[in-house]
Amino acid sequence: MFGKLTLDALPLHVPIVMGTLAVVAVLGLALVIAITKYGKWGYLWREWITSVDHKRLGVMYIILAQVMMLRGFADAIMMRTQLAVATNGAEGYLPPEHYDQIFTAHGVIMIIFMAMPFMIGLMNIVLPLQIGARDVAFPFLNNLSFWLAVAGALLVNISLAVGEFAKTGWVAYPPLSGINYSPGSGVDYYIWALQISGIGTTLTGVNFIATVLKMRAPGMKLMQMPIFTWACTWANILIVASFPILTGALAMLTLDRYLGFHFFTNDLGGNAMMYINLFWAWGHPEVYILVLPAFGIFSEVISTFSGKRLFGYTSMVVASGAISILGFIVWLHHFFTMGSSADVNAFFGVTTMIIAVPTGVKLFNWLFTMYKGRVQFKPPVLWTLGFMVTFTIGGMTGVLLSVPGADYVLHNSLFLIAHFHNTILGGAVFGYMAGFAYWFPKAMGYKLDEKWGKRAFWFWQIGFYVAFMPLYVLGFLGMTRRMNHTDNPDWNMWLYIACAGAFIIGLGVVSQLIQLYVSYRDREKNRDVTGDPWNGHTLEWSTMSPPQFYNFAKDPVVSDIDAFTDMKEKGTAYQRPEKYEPIHMPCNTGAGFIMGMLLTVFGFAFVWHIWWLVVITLLGTIATFIKRCYDTDVDYYVQPDEIENIENAHLAAVQSTLKA
Amino acid sequence: MSQHEQANHGHDHGVKPYVIGFILAVILTVIPFWLVMDGVLSKGATLWTIVIMAVVQIAVHLKYFLHLSFTTEDGRLNSFTFLFSALIIVLVVGLSVWIIYASNAMMMG
Repeated sequence: MFGKLTLDALPLHVPIVMGTLAVVAVLGLALVIAITKYGKWGYLWREWITSVDHKRLGVMYIILAQVMMLRGFADAIMMRTQLAVATNGAEGYLPPEHYDQIFTAHGVIMIIFMAMPFMIGLMNIVLPLQIGARDVAFPFLNNLSFWLAVAGALLVNISLAVGEFAKTGWVAYPPLSGINYSPGSGVDYYIWALQISGIGTTLTGVNFIATVLKMRAPGMKLMQMPIFTWACTWANILIVASFPILTGALAMLTLDRYLGFHFFTNDLGGNAMMYINLFWAWGHPEVYILVLPAFGIFSEVISTFSGKRLFGYTSMVVASGAISILGFIVWLHHFFTMGSSADVNAFFGVTTMIIAVPTGVKLFNWLFTMYKGRVQFKPPVLWTLGFMVTFTIGGMTGVLLSVPGADYVLHNSLFLIAHFHNTILGGAVFGYMAGFAYWFPKAMGYKLDEKWGKRAFWFWQIGFYVAFMPLYVLGFLGMTRRMNHTDNPDWNMWLYIACAGAFIIGLGVVSQLIQLYVSYRDREKNRDVTGDPWNGHTLEWSTMSPPQFYNFAKDPVVSDIDAFTDMKEKGTAYQRPEKYEPIHMPCNTGAGFIMGMLLTVFGFAFVWHIWWLVVITLLGTIATFIKRCYDTDVDYYVQPDEIENIENAHLAAVQSTLKA
Repeated sequence: MSQHEQANHGHDHGVKPYVIGFILAVILTVIPFWLVMDGVLSKGATLWTIVIMAVVQIAVHLKYFLHLSFTTEDGRLNSFTFLFSALIIVLVVGLSVWIIYASNAMMMG
């Protein structure tokens, strides 16, 4: 009846896990009681869960990312304290089988369920507004993508309570991840979490490419799209080109594990190296998918807060394109030591070094944008400056690792760990933090508290260096990654320092939580009345904060890269049209949520071999989709009088602020 | 908006391109057949002719049946999408084959 699922799957004998589950249960219960008490279930369902509005979906993506960041960060703190305690041969407090799950979960969560939703969330909120569109090309698909991401995140979290997570590292290389060496439920959770959320990501990529190609405002040429939109477009092209590789590789691993196939086994013609190859053919473009939109954010932030146009717009677009294509021919540098021929290693080493060139172009563009500008040192700018220094160091250690000979020494050492945190944290995540502070007023209607924002930045920035610079040293001293405990007195001091750094970053995270609370408490004081708090350059700032649900009452007509600056200079911004036309809008739908939840159960049932439930949930998902396809009541028109009321209120607020 | 103004909906190309494409495709298919059946050329020359005819045939299909072109807005989009996909597939498949072949050779040889 329940397949392989028995009571033994519950971690009753692991106090840390049971403690965590108890806290989660209490918090969850408190949340449920609060929602019930204030009677918000109907509101949540109608306005958020079923919403096809790109702005609402973006907010939900970012909430998902931040919740998962707390989980991933808790994993990080546990690993660092374990390594600081477990020196000189001591065993520490995390036994190896638990520790292995933690580092796997940390990697999977931070990449797939923190960075990706954060990036996609910002893109959802901003991109359609920047190109003057009323929504994305396929609003229902957008809602479905979000719930598929949630389904994956749920599976990772369920694995904490029922069964285990993979102990293979986030890359899950066979034969270790094969059925012989990982017979438990961990790798199966990994497979289904990545598979379901990965399909959602592919759909997002398709959706946003269609959006920028087909739904730009009248007059906006491709080379007039805002730079963040361009960066996201390159990332979406990479998503569409690379995520199917992950889907395929995971599908083959699934067949190996469930049906005794031999794609990646050691015998009967299988080749485990092919998994490594395919994984990184996806995995390397994936890191550019994460970082390119962050580059776009830095470009927007630095040009807005320097009060200047972006320096070298065209070279920025071309450099992103070059990174996208080059990003597809460097993946072997993740496994130089696999032992391919010298020619192969040399080829991939050289292509990797070349990628530093377009990235350098971008850095100089940002520097020249600031040059002779009036730079305002607000939190988004601090994140940008912190990024420019930190990412440059990460880039240089990357070029060092791209030399195959050096890589043979440093492969899988803590030097590598320091390098990729240097680029992903100092590059992508700092970018999302900058974008979060920059677009928060647009999404929520009030500004974030700057004092706590600056504190958060400095804790993060200093904590980053204290936590990760020692790892470079430890790498040179020969310490490898994924060690549970150590017995080398030379390493101790650096492990202690790194642990202290993690706690400084922890202060940064706490500051961010306080910042959210303080900003919410003082929201009336920090209200963004005009919708343009930073004197912005692009169209999203021409709307209200938060924007009207239909975004634009009339399609804006664009004739410049900095479309909104152009309108303000010509005096055509905030004009009242003679009359409003009805606006065609999509209806909300519960289909995406239902499919996401069914697929969560589907993944769970597959993990535990509960075949009847697999069949029921799969059929249910397909039936829901078909029903949605035959639904004819999917759209409605907003009437001109309603639009007029909303627009008049906005224009009145703008006028009164401009006079004052 | 799912029902966004579909100005480019319904491509009306007429029958002409299909007829031209069909005739070219037939010619490009018949020549290799004739070469093989009659054996007028040497084996190497026959092989190369077949390969060249095949590549030309691909171009004919793309132009006349799939309407890839660089002159219209839609055609350009489709052409660049096609070229980009082809590039990525060639890179990923080609380099993967090279990588696995080379590492196999290192292990077996």
